[in-house]
Amino acid sequence: MSYRSNFERVLSEGKFAVTAEIGPPKGSDPNTIRHKAEHLRGYADAFNITDNQTAVVRMASIAGCSLLLTMKIEPIMQITCRDRNRIALQSDILGAAAIGIRNILCLTGDHQSFGNHPTAKGVYDIDSIQLIQIVKNMRDKGIFQSGDELLAGKPAVVIGAAANPFAEPYELRVDRLEKKIRAGADFIQTQSVYNLDRFNAWMDDVRSRGLDKKVHIIPGVTPLKSLKMTERMKYHVPGVDVPDTIEKRMKTAKDPKQEGYKIALELMREVQTIKGVHGIHITALFWETIIPDLVKEAGLYPRP
Amino acid sequence: MIITKPKPFDEVLSFLDKGPVFIAGCSECATLCHTGGEEEVLTMVKTLEKKNIPVSGWVVLDPACHLQNDRRLLKKHKDALQKAKKVLVLACGNGVQTLAELLTAVDVVPGTDTLFLGETKRVTEFEKRCIMCGKCIIGILGGFCPLARCPKSMLNGPCGGAQAGKCEVDPNLDCIWDLMYKRLKERGQLQLLETIQKPLDWSTCIEMRRTL
Repeated sequence: MSYRSNFERVLSEGKFAVTAEIGPPKGSDPNTIRHKAEHLRGYADAFNITDNQTAVVRMASIAGCSLLLTMKIEPIMQITCRDRNRIALQSDILGAAAIGIRNILCLTGDHQSFGNHPTAKGVYDIDSIQLIQIVKNMRDKGIFQSGDELLAGKPAVVIGAAANPFAEPYELRVDRLEKKIRAGADFIQTQSVYNLDRFNAWMDDVRSRGLDKKVHIIPGVTPLKSLKMTERMKYHVPGVDVPDTIEKRMKTAKDPKQEGYKIALELMREVQTIKGVHGIHITALFWETIIPDLVKEAGLYPRP
Repeated sequence: MIITKPKPFDEVLSFLDKGPVFIAGCSECATLCHTGGEEEVLTMVKTLEKKNIPVSGWVVLDPACHLQNDRRLLKKHKDALQKAKKVLVLACGNGVQTLAELLTAVDVVPGTDTLFLGETKRVTEFEKRCIMCGKCIIGILGGFCPLARCPKSMLNGPCGGAQAGKCEVDPNLDCIWDLMYKRLKERGQLQLLETIQKPLDWSTCIEMRRTL
């Protein structure tokens, strides 16, 4: 059996996948990404390169992915609908596939008002579900959104999508996941999990509809680096659900950084036991150096 | 004025099922566009009845986008509204939503497509004039808005595509930069165009709610 990517191989062989996020720099220096990637080499099956996350201008995701590829490290290119219309998005998909990117995570994107250019005009020509469908049709049917045919190579990419089990209304969350699967998602990376009860409730619903058999579900874990970060995640980042118990632990801890690490490790161990979960996605914001320890201690090293 | 055009009748029918239908028009923009004035509402009543779709009543709201006026005007039609399963609104998208806000027990459906904020050139000819960006720049551009009237929204002069003063995207459309140039030249104000217009602040455009 041939796989489009190593990441797809791991998932398809039923092994527990690990992905991790690498944020490109606010500048053109390629070494920032190279250093991070070198440090993390071997600790994940593929690395998400974000696309101007939180609407802050950074090095292009496609360039970051290209840098990883030259190091023989597998990227997952994140691509958002905020800054590009369907013409640019499809063009970037073709370009990404051409330079060897094999995993693409399709997102709507954080609103520009939250970033460092709040006066920018958002594009939002299409949304993430439409983008998933477009990429799938380019890959499987060889047609663009307009129906026009691709003439020289279909992008052989694994299609990813995001899901947030913690956003209200809860009843709609699994419906939306199902829509993403119907549109063509091969894997799902979720919002960072802190509230395990809520995540379990979502997974119950996912399993009861058999969706875990149709898509690879990879919950996110974000280690809390400080009390300040905990409070920011709890009170200011929309769509993140940090339970009071975790806030309290971070508040009373002698060494909050150590406590944050411990919580992340507990969460990683816990989600590994949930039926239907196919991997873990580590987003260590401004703390990427911690990833190797987390992966090792969670028993997920070496990678298959 | 908000410019609307009637939806294709088949699409309207697809919303209505077997009725009964209550029809709401609007005394302002939709009346002037001939899409939702009394005349169009009465025509719609007849057309639906011919299709054996009962109409329980109708009203021309004054205007449909006014929540309090709607509330007051709809009181008189309480019985007709209770009989209705669908409310067909012949007004702009705002009118449809104001009614949907008020009438929660029926399906409120649109009978028009809302196009833009524009000018009535002749009785049946309309042209876009404003994109409601929230920060008017016309004062420094000779009284013309390229955001609304140039398909590329160019702020620092014309592209290279216009021919004989007509837009490359739509030959029926005047190149707004051509008009602007002529006007400013006539008025001896061409120096206004020398300024490099900076990227706009679109945050005013995404404002979703404002109280005055």
